[in-house]
Amino acid sequence: MSYATVIPEFVLRQSFIELDARARAQSLMDPGSWRELVGPFDRIESPWLPEQGIAPQFDDGCVVLKGAIAGKATVVIALEGGFQAGSMGEVSGAKMAAALDLATRDSQNGKKTVAVLLLETGGVRLQEANLGLNAIAEVMASILALRQHAPVITVIAGTVGCFGGMALAAGLSSYIVMTPEARLGLNGPEVIEQESGIEEFDSSDRALIWAINGGEQRVAMGVADELVLDDAQKIAAIVRSHVEAGLPAVHRSQQVDLYRERIRALDTSRQIDPLTLRETWGGKTTVSKTRKGVTR
Amino acid sequence: MEQLKFEYPSAKRRVTKKAHVGVVGSGDMEVLMQPAETESANVSILTSVNGFSSSWKAMMDRFFSKYDGAVRIDINDAGATPGSVMLRLEQAVEVIES
Repeated sequence: MSYATVIPEFVLRQSFIELDARARAQSLMDPGSWRELVGPFDRIESPWLPEQGIAPQFDDGCVVLKGAIAGKATVVIALEGGFQAGSMGEVSGAKMAAALDLATRDSQNGKKTVAVLLLETGGVRLQEANLGLNAIAEVMASILALRQHAPVITVIAGTVGCFGGMALAAGLSSYIVMTPEARLGLNGPEVIEQESGIEEFDSSDRALIWAINGGEQRVAMGVADELVLDDAQKIAAIVRSHVEAGLPAVHRSQQVDLYRERIRALDTSRQIDPLTLRETWGGKTTVSKTRKGVTR
Repeated sequence: MEQLKFEYPSAKRRVTKKAHVGVVGSGDMEVLMQPAETESANVSILTSVNGFSSSWKAMMDRFFSKYDGAVRIDINDAGATPGSVMLRLEQAVEVIES
């Protein structure tokens, strides 16, 4: 007996995580509807990496596809986690910000354009320092501009996850979709361990890290909207449902008082564990109009 | 960082498609393959690993001993092994000749 007969759904699924950035973006869009903007053959590479002895990539790790999802105009912007951990440099950041701005302009001119961000990124590309920081600031401003007109849907599939400044960008989006393999956090585990010591955070303890940064926890504590298994069809269906749902009544990042009150109410006299956070915060978020929890 | 260039005048057959495969991750590379502007194949390699120009030359000689398309090849390399290089080139050929 093969595994395909015992758990066919798992064995026969098309993994989303195993796809590269371009294939991920393509798998979400209506077939034949898309074209790539500033693709690899345009050869817009990072001018900074070769100067530091690092091979650049022809698309700088950022793939922009313009097309449709569920018949609605959409731009999908995917970061390639395999190249420099999906880090944001001058070029990749400019591509993302410009694509979002074009979507805003189209939306203002009556052609409402949704953005889907596939974030696999450690944040700023350290080799490009201030330019990377500036790029992320621009991306955040562009998200804020676009989300007045159309939803910005972030998908974090893994295995890199979404960290640093791009976690802030994710926080500004209308919806966040995660898999159980994905992680979302401001400082990455290695960074915390390096800065505060292994007693504070052991970055080799995978159970600990996923209990705090993992997709299941992030959705359960209400800072992400949907948990979906690593299945390209299921992820595409979830994205489609959010494209069709349109803008949320209120964005998560607008609920300053709610989150400020939650943090104020925490008892910091003892160690707060992940399950406590789920119990005290979970299900209270008013963000998503769609259903909560695991979509199987 | 090393920039290498090779030319293969014997590869004259016209091709029409283009291909992009691979990711510049550790031990991997990406390749752009497209119709050459001249009537011969030319290869441009940017690699982060220095000192392997003779290996690259041998790999490309071997590739063009079997392949005759007049292609322009651009490679960004982050330390791919010869086996991986050949695999990526063959993937690109598969797309171009499909």
